[in-house]
Amino acid sequence: MAAAFIAPAALVIVLVVVVPLARAAWMSLFDITLIRPNDQPFVGLGNYIDQLTSPAFWAAVWRSLFFTVASTSLELLLGLALALLMDQPLRGRWLLRTLIILPWALPTIVNALMWRWIDNAEYGALNALLTQLGLIDGYRIWLSNSDLAMWMVIVADVWKMTPLVAILLLAALQSVDRELVEVAKVDGATAFQAFRLIVLPLLTPVILIVLVLRTMEAFKVFDIIWIMTGGGPANATQTIAIYAYQTAFQGYDFGAGAALGYLIAVIIMALAAIYMRLLGRTGRV
Amino acid sequence: MTTAPVPGGAPATAPARRPRPAAVHVRRLARAVFLYGAMILALAFILAPFAWLLISSVAEPVDLLQRPLRWIPAHVTFERFANLTVGTSPDDSALGFRAALVNSTVIASTVTVVGMVVGTLAAYAFARLRFPGRSWLILAFMATYMLPPIALILPLYQIMSSLHLRDTPLALIIIYSSFVTPFVIWIMRGYIETISPELDDAARVDGCSRLGALVRVILPVSAPGLASTALLAFLLAWDEFLYALIITQTNASKTLPIAINDFIGRHGVDFGLLATGGVIAALPPVILAFAFQRYIVAGLTSGSVKG
Repeated sequence: MAAAFIAPAALVIVLVVVVPLARAAWMSLFDITLIRPNDQPFVGLGNYIDQLTSPAFWAAVWRSLFFTVASTSLELLLGLALALLMDQPLRGRWLLRTLIILPWALPTIVNALMWRWIDNAEYGALNALLTQLGLIDGYRIWLSNSDLAMWMVIVADVWKMTPLVAILLLAALQSVDRELVEVAKVDGATAFQAFRLIVLPLLTPVILIVLVLRTMEAFKVFDIIWIMTGGGPANATQTIAIYAYQTAFQGYDFGAGAALGYLIAVIIMALAAIYMRLLGRTGRV
Repeated sequence: MTTAPVPGGAPATAPARRPRPAAVHVRRLARAVFLYGAMILALAFILAPFAWLLISSVAEPVDLLQRPLRWIPAHVTFERFANLTVGTSPDDSALGFRAALVNSTVIASTVTVVGMVVGTLAAYAFARLRFPGRSWLILAFMATYMLPPIALILPLYQIMSSLHLRDTPLALIIIYSSFVTPFVIWIMRGYIETISPELDDAARVDGCSRLGALVRVILPVSAPGLASTALLAFLLAWDEFLYALIITQTNASKTLPIAINDFIGRHGVDFGLLATGGVIAALPPVILAFAFQRYIVAGLTSGSVKG
C-alpha cells in the first residue's frame, strides 16, 4: 500500500542520488586523472589520506568554517533584531514586512553579481558612497584585497539570508503568548527581563533549527563565492566546495574530487544529524 | 533610572516611584525615534543595493563610469532590456540570454510538476500510513535533501556524458528532481499532517481508495500548502548553479545563472548590461515572491519552524 505511494520518489532518489553516490565511492578509490585516461590505478584510501594530510585542504576547511561562523552568527543576530523590530506595533511596519522578502527572492547569482558590481574597485557604489560621505579618502580595492574579500562575500550572503532568518523568527515570536509577557511586566519585570526570561526560551528551539540549517547551507557555499571572487584573490575565499570543484574540474583530478565530495558530505551529514536530534528533542518530527 | 522595578514589588507603592509625566513623554519619544530610526535603516539596507542594480540597468554607460558618481543617471535607456528580450537583431549574448530564459522556465516548471506529483504521493504515505521502516525512510529522504551537490556532481557528470544527455535540459530536469522531490516530501508531509484524518476516513467510507481520498479530498483542502510548496520548489530549481555549470555547454541547455556567469566572463566591464541581465533573471522570482508572499512565508515557516 504505502510502497505504491513511495515507489516513484524512491526510484528518483535511487537513480539520481544512491547510484551516483555509490559510483563516487568507487571513483574515490582510484587515481583518476583525465590527463592520463588509460592509466587509472587503484589507490585504496590514498585520495583520502592525500587530502587529510594536505595543507591546502585544511586551509579550505578553515575558510569554510570562518565563512560559516561569521555569516551564520551575523544573520542570526541581525535576523533576531529585525524580527523583534517587525513585531513592534509600529506604523508602516507592513512595508518592512513586505519588502523584507526581496533579498531572499533575488536569485543567488544575481545577488552575487549585484555585490560584485557594488564592490567594484574603480566604479563601484560602495567606494562612491563611502568617499562622498567622507568615510574614506579615496577609492579602495575590496574584492581583490585578500584581507577583505571574504568579508565582502559575507556581507553579500548576510544581505540575502538575514531576511529569511527574520521571517522564521518573526513567525516564532508571533506564536509567543502575549499575556505571559504582560503578566511578567505587571509583576515588575523590565522589558529586557521579560524578553530574556520568557520570550527567548520560547524562541530557542527555532533559533537552534535556524542555526543548524544555516550552518549546513553555509558550509557547502559555492555559487555566491564563485561569482564574486572565483575563490580568489590568492585563494583567500577558496572554501571547501570551491576547492573540490577546482580539484576536479580545473585540476582534472576526479579521484581526489570524489574523495573531497565524500569528506564534505560527511561533515554536512554530521551537522544534519545534530539537526535531526534538535528536531527530535523539540518534538517536531 | 528611578523606575527600576522591584521583583514582586507591590503596585500600590508605585505612584511614588513613577517618573513625572514629562519624563515618561521623553522616554516614549526616545523609544519611538530609536524604533523608527531602526526601521528606516533596515529598509535602506534592504532596498539600496537592489535599487542600485535597477538604476544601473537603465543608466547609460557614461553615467555609471563617472567619478564622483552621480546616483541619478542623466540619461535613461531601456535599449539593453529590449536587446536582451525582444530586439529584432540580437547578438550572440542576447541569443544566449533568450535561450537561457526559455531553458530556465522549461526546466524549473517541469521539475516542479514532476517533484510535486512524485513528492506529494510519498508525503501522503508518510503522513497517513504506518508501515515498517517508515521513520528510517523519512530520515533517508531528508538526508538526501541535505547532501551537498559537490558530492554527487562527478558521477552525475560521467553518467550524463555516457548517456549522451550532457548539455540537454532533460539532464538538469533529472538531476534537479534529486533535491526538489525530498523538499516537496518534507514540506507536504508537514502540511498533510495538519489536516484531520477524519476527512480521509469519510472519503474511504464513501468508497474512495487511498489514492481517491488523496486526490478528491486531501489535495483540494491542501491548495495553499501545494501552492507554497510548488513556488518554493520552482525557486530552488530557478536558482541552481553548480550542477548547471558542469552539465550545460551551449544554448541548448544553459540556464539563466549560467548565462549570467557567461556575461561576467564576456562583458566584464559592461556593467549596465550585467545589471540588465541580473534584473531580468530576478524578475520572475521577485514577482512570484511578492504576489504570493503569504503562501511563501507560510511554506518557509512550516518547513523549518514546525518541521
